[in-house]
Order: sequence, then C-alpha cells, then structure tokens
Amino acid sequence: MLTLIKRGRVIDPPYLDIISDILIEDNKIIDISEKEIDCFAKIIDASGKIVAPGFIDMHVHLREPGFEYKETIETGVISASYSGFTAVCAMPNTSPINDNRTITEYIVNKSNIAQKTKVYPVAAISKGSNGESLCEYGDLKDAGAIAISDDGRPVKNSQLMRRALEYAKIFDLLVISHAEELDLVGNGVMNEGFVATKLGLAGIPNASESIMVMRDIALSELTGGRLHIAHVSTKESVNAIRDAKKRGIPVTAETAPHYFNLTDEAVLQYNTNAKVNPPLRSQNDVEAVLEGLSDGTIDVIATDHAPHSSVEKDVEFNMAANGIIGMETAIPLSLKFLDIKNLIEKMSKNPSKILGLKREFKIGSYADITIIDPNFNFIVDSKTFKSKSRNTPFNGWKLKGKAILTMVEGKIVYG
Amino acid sequence: MQFNKKDILDMESLSFDEIQFILDTADKMKEISQRPIKKVPTLRGKTIIHFFYEASTRTKTSFDIAAKRLSADCFSLSATTSSVVKGETLIDTAKNLDAMNSDVIIIRHSASGAPHLIAKNVKASIINAGDGMHEHPTQALLDLMTVREKKGKIETLKLAIIGDISHSRVARSNIIGFKKLGAEVKVSGPPAMIPKGIESLGATYTFDMSEAISDADIIMMLRIQKERLSDFSYPSDREYSRLYGLSMDKLKYTKKDVLIMHPGPVNRGLEISPEIADSDSSVILDQVENGVAVRMALLYLVAGGVRNVDSN
Repeated sequence: MLTLIKRGRVIDPPYLDIISDILIEDNKIIDISEKEIDCFAKIIDASGKIVAPGFIDMHVHLREPGFEYKETIETGVISASYSGFTAVCAMPNTSPINDNRTITEYIVNKSNIAQKTKVYPVAAISKGSNGESLCEYGDLKDAGAIAISDDGRPVKNSQLMRRALEYAKIFDLLVISHAEELDLVGNGVMNEGFVATKLGLAGIPNASESIMVMRDIALSELTGGRLHIAHVSTKESVNAIRDAKKRGIPVTAETAPHYFNLTDEAVLQYNTNAKVNPPLRSQNDVEAVLEGLSDGTIDVIATDHAPHSSVEKDVEFNMAANGIIGMETAIPLSLKFLDIKNLIEKMSKNPSKILGLKREFKIGSYADITIIDPNFNFIVDSKTFKSKSRNTPFNGWKLKGKAILTMVEGKIVYG
Repeated sequence: MQFNKKDILDMESLSFDEIQFILDTADKMKEISQRPIKKVPTLRGKTIIHFFYEASTRTKTSFDIAAKRLSADCFSLSATTSSVVKGETLIDTAKNLDAMNSDVIIIRHSASGAPHLIAKNVKASIINAGDGMHEHPTQALLDLMTVREKKGKIETLKLAIIGDISHSRVARSNIIGFKKLGAEVKVSGPPAMIPKGIESLGATYTFDMSEAISDADIIMMLRIQKERLSDFSYPSDREYSRLYGLSMDKLKYTKKDVLIMHPGPVNRGLEISPEIADSDSSVILDQVENGVAVRMALLYLVAGGVRNVDSN
C-alpha cells in the first residue's frame, strides 16, 4: 500500500529542511522528493504543515498494571498518538513494579494489541524499586526493556547505583536517574521559597535534586555507564550537567514542559494540579532550564506524563499525589519557547539517539512520522483529553501548535 | 460598612477596613461576656459546626463559648469521632455537613489550605481556626484587639515575634495582620525557623533576639515544638532557651511598657520564663478573653448580618 505525504515542510535536523513529498510503501519511506510525486496512493495534504521524524516521549507513566483507574496502556497510547508521539517509554512504577520479564512482556503485548503509539518499557533498576538488589537486566532487555530506572524513587545506595551503571553496560541499557535526596526533601511538598512560606507549606530545596545529579554524574564518570537525568528542574542541576558534558562524561538529560512554563506560583490557591515532583521552581530556575535547552545541556523534552484521578488530587495539598499529565499539551507548550527545528531535536532526534531508536527521513527507513500544524490555535480543555485523567495545570490556556497526524511504521495511528 | 465576606479564611484576604470593622464589632461583643447573664439571641436558629481535625483547647472552647453566647446551636466533630477514620475525604465530609444546612463550619486542620478547599465546595460559611502552618486568622484578630486595647493603636508600633516562624500559622497571620494595620514586624529565631522569603510577607528578620526586642512595643513569643529537635532545627532546649527564650535578663533591655504576648499553650521555662508569663507586662490572659469577643464578632458577621443585631 502506498501513502503520499504531499507538500509538507519536511524537517530532519540538521540535514533536511525542504518542501517535499514523501512516498511510503507499507512501513517504509521509499521516496523523498522536492518535485511533486505523482502516483496512485493515499494522499495526505501537508501543505503549510511541518513533517517531522516521529516524536518520542521518553518519560511517561501509563499506570498499568495496577492503577488502571488513572490510565491504561490503551488510553495512554491513544493519548500519545493524539499528541503526536510515535513512541513512549513507560516508567516501571506500576503495581507490581516492572522489575521482571513477565511485567515487561505484559506491557509490550498490551501496547501491541492497541496498535497505536509504540511503548518501550523502562524496567526497574532495583527489585521492587526498593534500592536493595539489582534486577535481572539481561532478562529484562530480552523481554523488551529499553532502559532502567527506579523513577518515582531515588536510588539511595550509591554502591547499588554504581553497580547498576556498570552492569547495565553489558547490555547497553540506559540508566535513567530520578535524582532526589530524600533527607533534604523531608516532609516538603513544594519548592522552598516565598510561595511556600506564604502558603505555609513545607519546602523542598533545589539542592535535594542537584546533590543527587552530582552524585550520579560522579558514578557515571567512575563507571563509564550511560546516565540520563530525568525531569531536570533546577539551575544547579543544569550547571552540573553542563560541566559533566564538557568533561566528556556520558550523561544526557531531559526536562518537562511544566518546568519551563510554570514557576512555583502556580501552586498558589493550593492548586494540587501544580503539585509535582520535582516541584515547580523559581523564575531563576525556569530561565536556567531554558538556557540548558538552548545550549544543548538538556537534550530532551519529555513529559513525565503522570495521570492521577480526582481521588488523589481533590484533597488537602499535603495529601495530594505528585504529577501532571503532559502528553496532550507538550508540543504547543514547548513551541512557546523553541523554534520548530529545536523542538524536533528535543522531542524526536535526541531521544531517538539516546534510546538507540531511529527517527530519520532516508529512503528505506521506517515511516515514523509526526505532522504538526504550527498555527493551530486552541484552548486547553481537560474535559476533552484522550487520557483517562485530567490533572493538568494548563487547563484554559490558549496555545498554538498541534500534531495533526501521527504515523507509526507506515500506519496512521492518529489523523 | 457592609461586611460581605462569606468565609474567614486568612488575614491575607481581609482588607484594612474589614479588619478594623471586625475589631470594632469585637469591642462591642466583649461587653456581652462581662454581663452577669452572658447570652443574646442574635444567632438563635443558626447551626454552627466545630470541625476540629487537630487537638485544641483554647480555640475550640473559645469558639464554642462564642457561639453559645450568641444562642447558636453548635455541634462538635473531631477527626477521631468522624467518618475520617473510615476514609471519608475532607470534601465529602464537608459536603455532608453542608447538606444538613449548617450555617457556619469552623475548621481546624493540620493541612495548610484545608479550609480553602472546603470553602470552594460548600454553601456554609467557613471560618479557619488554624490550618497547618498557613494561617490562624482568629488568633491574629484577637492579638490585634488586645494590642489596640492596651496601646490604643496599631500603626507605627513595633512587633517582635520570636521562635519557630517557619512552622507557625500564628506568626504568619500576625505578620500579615499587623503589617496591614501599619505596624512594623521583626522576627527572630534560629535559621531553620526563619522561612525562606519571609521578607515577602513584610517582615524583617534577625538571628539575634536582643536586636529584635530592644525597641519593640510588643514581644510575641511562640511555642517551641519538641519535634523540631528531630529535624535538627535546634540543638537542645537548654541552648534554645538561652538564645531565644524570654528571660528577666533579656527583658532588662526592652522598653518599660512592652507588652508580652503568647498564643499558648506556654512551655514555661523554655520559650518564656514563668515570672514573665505571670508579670504585669504579660497580656496572655487578655488575649484569651478577647478571643471569645473576636469569635463572637466573626460568627455574627458571617452568620448574623447587621439586620439581626438591629432587631435585638
């Protein structure tokens, strides 16, 4: 079967930025041409639109198994497809934790049945993510795990983290660090600063993140293991990562749109939809994160899509669960600060490189494609979300830019 | 003036005029408590619920007495005897109380913002009787009333608040309240007890207690909580008392007519020496007396309205 994407602005940084046609046969790209291609095919009119290599969200929580009332793999991938993502990486903090082959295979199978966005499971670093013993990375990799992380919890034991980085090297598994020093967090529920003081909420200092970022960088330097820092939120973390990269340490990093679109003032009125871990920080940190994105210190924008139901969010702020759902607002929130090429770097090219996936426009490569209308204006209405949950602090925001078509290996999963 | 507030959630949301009006009303209410028959029919037929998720002697009794002196019907609920122990959420509990057509729900809760959450979900008026580390507006109002009574004014006075500002809702409400009425506020305590960005509330701070109290017109001592030892906020009661306790020794270097306040309960010998707590400078019991008046005023203003008093 032939599919022809016509007259889009085809961007594959740093190589391509041309108005052209792309011809797809079954699951692969068979022609890319500035001249109009004329053949009998299913036509997708992309004029005035951006045709980009498929977007990847390398940090999502799909909640299945265990928390199906918040999200299921099926609702998660429908939401991901609708948001322009051709692949997502599912974090292991399900119930039970994804620390064994059975769960990893379950996630892969479920997502295959859904036939939407591809799901690459991230398995746990330690059994039960309790920081006491290593998981069987060999078995997990065989089952389909693309990386390992105890996301949601830090690896407190430095020796275990060192061994994880060393052992993961055998399988070329990426180690994703949830950097958080729990003693410094204490009973904190939001960023430490004048907003916390005003609201009478216990604060979380920046150092609770950067101290662990620095430790994990030191362990990556020691072991040579590939380290990826999840959800960077502070200036100090950005500085530490920039310095580590200069020194040639194999570290990469991601941030989420809420860390450069919002400050801790979003928590005012005790808005539990703005409660997230790490917490929303100060304007200073927002600027540092943006600078990190622009100078390449931060490689990736991932959403840390963390669905929660009203049961977890319509409660006292102290008791509310941490998390923001991010996929359906990720592209427009990022386009507020990044140009389209930079966006494609952060949401397609870089995550694919870090994860060892391919996202490129070459004849013969898989047709994983995201088409974006950069001028699409809309008002965020959480009631219309495809995700099962509604916990967004961006409800009512006027945004611009949206994925209008998502193609996974030649198959249109949205659009 | 028309008092149109449905809820009393914090000092932050009360204007200068509203605070003055509440204090003026409280002054009138105080007289009722000094009569031999301490009861007026103002809130007859009104239903008031005391919903205390957290232990309290002073505030709860004070609200209860205030409501009864105004002839309201009141009911008390605590977390341990309510359906909270069965896992009912705060919003559900509040909506149920609301469905019984209660007029005022007075809430104390260990979570900052809990009264705000309830206020968004019910028709009844909500009065915050202390929420977590956020605010305790009725305490600030009774403190303002006491100072105004003793000093004749608030503006230009210097208030020193000493102790654990970080964890104190009393401190937050008083900083905001005294600032709104034109006083200067300086706080003092060890670094862990001075929260980040305290300046944004309008207070200055010093780690040197004598500097804070030397020119103060009012010294407000806060209760020190023993659990602060376990998060390394201070090394020992002995050292805390030496550095931040109010002793006769330190009192020598203050103004002669300084007022000593404490929201209670007092740790005698820790943050304040017994002689000072019982001295003529101490207005601790005046605070308690005025607490009833302020709470009567608030109940009247949110549940009664001006018409009711005129008809009495």
